[in-house]
Amino acid sequence: MSSIGTGYDLSVTTFSPDGRVFQIEYAAKAVDNSGTVVAIKCKDGIVMGVEKLIASKMLLPGSNRRIHSVHRHSGMAVAGLAADGRQIVTRAKSEATNYEKFVSRHLSCKVPLVSVDTAEAGEFRVLRVYGEAIPVKELAERVASYVHLCTLYWWLRPFGCGVIVGGYDRDGPQLYMIEPSGISYRYFGAAIGKGRQAAKTEIEKLKLSEMTCRQGVIEVAKIIYGVHDEAKDKAFELEMSWVCDESNRQHQKVPENLLEEAKSAAKAALEEMDAD
Amino acid sequence: MDSIYNDLNAPHSMGTTIIGVTYDGGVVLGADSRTSTGMYVANRASDKITQLTDNVYICRSGSAADSQVLSDYVRYYLHQHTIQLGQPATVKVAANLVRMVSYNNKNMLQTGLIVGGWDKYEGGKIYGIPLGGTLLEQPFTIGGSGSSYLYGFFDQVWKEGMTQDEAEKLVVKAVSLAIARDGASGGVVRTVTINKDGVSRKFYPGNTLPLWHEELEAKDSLLDSLSATSPEPMVS
Repeated sequence: MSSIGTGYDLSVTTFSPDGRVFQIEYAAKAVDNSGTVVAIKCKDGIVMGVEKLIASKMLLPGSNRRIHSVHRHSGMAVAGLAADGRQIVTRAKSEATNYEKFVSRHLSCKVPLVSVDTAEAGEFRVLRVYGEAIPVKELAERVASYVHLCTLYWWLRPFGCGVIVGGYDRDGPQLYMIEPSGISYRYFGAAIGKGRQAAKTEIEKLKLSEMTCRQGVIEVAKIIYGVHDEAKDKAFELEMSWVCDESNRQHQKVPENLLEEAKSAAKAALEEMDAD
Repeated sequence: MDSIYNDLNAPHSMGTTIIGVTYDGGVVLGADSRTSTGMYVANRASDKITQLTDNVYICRSGSAADSQVLSDYVRYYLHQHTIQLGQPATVKVAANLVRMVSYNNKNMLQTGLIVGGWDKYEGGKIYGIPLGGTLLEQPFTIGGSGSSYLYGFFDQVWKEGMTQDEAEKLVVKAVSLAIARDGASGGVVRTVTINKDGVSRKFYPGNTLPLWHEELEAKDSLLDSLSATSPEPMVS
């Protein structure tokens, strides 16, 4: 649905005559050009995988992580401009930590119980210390609120990255996707980046409510290998993480042996497809 | 010479006995009802168990003003939190907020509190927050000046997994024992029971409480002696 918004697309504070904010749509295009990110909610947890396109052979494998742990119980996979993504992850980490216990920079000063939080509904004074881990829903809402904030002022540009938040809290495993516009929805399965259309089709074929995370890891790997375009992008590295009962509800990298198993299963599935 | 206005000008203090116990399925909070200014009983029927949210209540002891203001602040914070979260706050969060306010203002406050409630994740929980702002989750806890007389009693009588009835009876008995011995506690016994079905308040007037060792029967009012028949006038 691309159309030229000439004249109405120079500033994020300008609406077009048909009610669109083009700058935000352009920001979304930056996300669409990045490597695919796939995430699914299985019955016992969340699995996230990233097709990390390797820009240069000189890059150390395992560097330039696209999936980050935001808190014990949740992680974030980033697609789009990497530097923008880093900013969002930092903010999410800070929200998560401060929700639980506010850490003051100066030990001697009285800890402020109420702080002005500009990201939340304008300049409302919001309490920030609750003594328990931040619910994933709350985390996603705050990150979305922050991303949206940057679409409101002419002196800021929208974030050029989309983010998938996966976490496991007392309400079970949850998956949220946050777009550059600041929209945040809860999903069973989500995909962003180059191969998202194909990935979504594949995800819809899966029976997620009956799948464990162990099986989910294999499926996500198959999907990512499947949507990777050999012709256009040469090499890629598969990065995967999960948070499930097996990992004790902690967000962590998928264990080496399982990752290898997933990669070989994915490669085998590809060869099968090619052979047909 | 001590000013005769000492008692009238002394800060309102709740001598108090407050108790919180968990039982199988919820919690029971109990308190006496005496608020004193020095030796004068400013309010003999006060309600020391105040509501923070639909499912969390707090027992207040120590300075009446301090505990009221603290409760007001925490109620306000919890209200915002509930709106943001979209569901009731947990007892843990409520207790943590009470602790934060208590600890951060420890120089100015003098109040011991018991937070108790029920939420769908942890069930019934009791948290004790004594003077300095410690937070301690306990199966039962006692507080206030009258609690000194109850430590041995609870050591003997407490058991895990009581029924609602057992717990309520235990709380009423304990508060009445404390009232019998502590001059700063008295009046009526109020209890609040919180479980998954909601909140239920009970009220036990002084004359329904058992009499302990050497206690005299309470008189409702000195006016009763006026309504008694007057002696026959002497006729010579």
